[in-house]
Amino acid sequence: MSAPLVVRNARIVDPASNSDRHGAILVRDGRIEDLKDGAPQGEPEGATIIDAKGLLVAPGLIDMRVFTGEPGHEYRETLATAAEAAAAGGVTSFLLMPDSTPVVDDGAIVDFIVRRAAATAKVNVLPSAAITRGLGGNDITEFGLLKEAGAVALTDGRHSIQSAGLMRAAMSYAANFDLPIIHATVDRTLVGEGVMNEGALATISGLKGIPAEAETIPLARDLQLAALTGVRYHAAQVSSAGAAELISVAKRRMGPISAGISINNLALNENDVAPYRTFFKLSPPLRSEDDRQAMIEALKTGIIDVIHSAHDPQDSEVKRQPFADASEGAIGLETLLAAALRLVHSGDIPLTTILRAMTQRPAEILGLPSGRLATGAPADMIIIDMDYPWLVKEAEIVSRSRNTAFEGARMQGAVMQTFVAGRSVFRHANWQEGAK
Amino acid sequence: MTSPAGHSRRPFPHRNLLAISQLNQYEILELIDRAEAMIPVSRQQRKSLPTLSGKTQINLFFEPSTRTQASFEIAGKRLGAQVTNMSVKTSSVSKGETLIDTAATLNAMQPDVIIVRHPASGAVELLSQKVGCAVINAGDGAHEHPTQALLDALTIRQHKGRLAGLTVAICGDIANSRVARSNLLLLGAMQVRTRVIAPNTLLPRGIETLTSEVFTDMREGLVGADVVMMLRLQHERAAGRLIPSVREYYRFYGLDAEKLQLAKPDAIVMHPGPMNRGVEIDPAIADGPRSVITHQVEMGVAVRMAVLDALLADPTQVQA
Repeated sequence: MSAPLVVRNARIVDPASNSDRHGAILVRDGRIEDLKDGAPQGEPEGATIIDAKGLLVAPGLIDMRVFTGEPGHEYRETLATAAEAAAAGGVTSFLLMPDSTPVVDDGAIVDFIVRRAAATAKVNVLPSAAITRGLGGNDITEFGLLKEAGAVALTDGRHSIQSAGLMRAAMSYAANFDLPIIHATVDRTLVGEGVMNEGALATISGLKGIPAEAETIPLARDLQLAALTGVRYHAAQVSSAGAAELISVAKRRMGPISAGISINNLALNENDVAPYRTFFKLSPPLRSEDDRQAMIEALKTGIIDVIHSAHDPQDSEVKRQPFADASEGAIGLETLLAAALRLVHSGDIPLTTILRAMTQRPAEILGLPSGRLATGAPADMIIIDMDYPWLVKEAEIVSRSRNTAFEGARMQGAVMQTFVAGRSVFRHANWQEGAK
Repeated sequence: MTSPAGHSRRPFPHRNLLAISQLNQYEILELIDRAEAMIPVSRQQRKSLPTLSGKTQINLFFEPSTRTQASFEIAGKRLGAQVTNMSVKTSSVSKGETLIDTAATLNAMQPDVIIVRHPASGAVELLSQKVGCAVINAGDGAHEHPTQALLDALTIRQHKGRLAGLTVAICGDIANSRVARSNLLLLGAMQVRTRVIAPNTLLPRGIETLTSEVFTDMREGLVGADVVMMLRLQHERAAGRLIPSVREYYRFYGLDAEKLQLAKPDAIVMHPGPMNRGVEIDPAIADGPRSVITHQVEMGVAVRMAVLDALLADPTQVQA
């Protein structure tokens, strides 16, 4: 039994209850015991008191798309180093993608992840499991056994299932076990040799383009199959105006559909790629500014539910390459919140909407008790200085890999302190809270 | 015009020649003028100038090429440089690894200029960031082939006496052609009216940002053209996917006498080579009186001499 914790003098923002108020949070045994408006009367015996100095306190972020290198490529990232990066970025839980070596397609590997995370990671690691064996797109995995082992969702990670027949079977069977299917929709035949968004920029660069239809055509298929099977379906990463339209229609007609977007597709566009900057080679590709604006609108209107980091550590060996040969992906756990706050500071998206997409909605989709500041919820919380100015510097990156798409970016807003189950797991170097 | 050796001692304000897009129209004109002044050198008995004496030139080709590599080699040798040819086989697995490693290795040998051809767009620029010497792009993927565009412009000017105001039709596999991109950029900068002609499957999205006009009907596109520039079709790759067959392609996009008569009566016919006779061009046209294809090859040496001279021979060269 640890000492109780009181965070007082806080601006408590909880999207789940639509509240934004000044008050204090009392934590006992890793859970939120009480929330009080104004200044608390009398603190519990022996409690640790933290004065938030009026800064914002929000639920810890839940990142629905994180890759690490463990097991198999620990030189890129381990669960422990990813968790360090997560804590520094205010992410208190992340959904681990199954793309490791070996692939998370067997209960024993889920079990390994659960144990390994418990032993080494300072934030909550939620294992997902592969939909198909070896991410091969051919045979479905043992959904029931994977769930028993601790998998909270099914996804083929970077891989996209090409066969409609297989997807139907996977969705039907997943519905049996009430597991959500999370799928990145990519039609490989339309991608072909494409490496960036199709259009004038790709043409001028002499790079093959990826049309938005490579995303929307399999998405349309998935949405129809989700209606047919009744599965909980999450479109993992949408990037185009056309995808938003499809999801908007599907949400009006049918049940448990949700959609996510990478912060990269909200904060950046195809112009960032030029000339041949491989750290901006991502999947889905950075799209046009029109698409980015459509995505912001879709987030505001609730068509898009979730913002994730798509944290994908890659070493320089596979990134310092000609553009077409380089790996896709960028790290993002440490910059997720700050990049998202850009959209708040610019007036594009209200603060509560942004936070909801990284707390309440992921928790609801994954069936987690966290993602909210409410009595009984896990005390996963972050203290945010909304205006703290900082520069993203490669040398200061916590993650084991350095492939950030925000190198040199000026940020406004940073996490000052991160708590997982009431335990402090990160403190900003320049944060002097009034602790006693 | 001044003599080649003493021509224009103004510094050329770039360390590398990576793309036409990095040049303004004055720099383009300067290179074409310098190249024109180089032509007599190759036509005289004693074909040499001492301007690159003592310099080391490496031709680094990650993609097979006979004519471009030979052209750069001869250009370098005529200017007195020591020329080494390196052909690097690229495995599909480790293209880039070879590129960066090779760059570091070659850089340590202290060359003065590296001429690079690579199958990936942007690869030559990437390599240029890893070496301390001048780099010339001899073709990177579907991106650019700047010396080809310069030699094409010089050829056109030699035959037409000018560039501005002409209409140039570029016909063929625009989507995969670095020659087309470099030419469209150069000709656009020189106030030439450009047209691209290709079936939709060989036209990349957004091409209209690079050209004045786009045609899918070759006959329409050729009407009134001063220059018809044909591109090589990689028919082994395209057949069945982007075009149904070579014979259908030739029927609609191959240059034959009947289609050529739609262009201006004095229109010239160009091709960057190597040609597929009977695929994109009728042999009778390719080898006929309006073809300037071998003249292009000759201008290629002059342009490459001029570029090497501009990048290396100026004592007051500006580092860029």
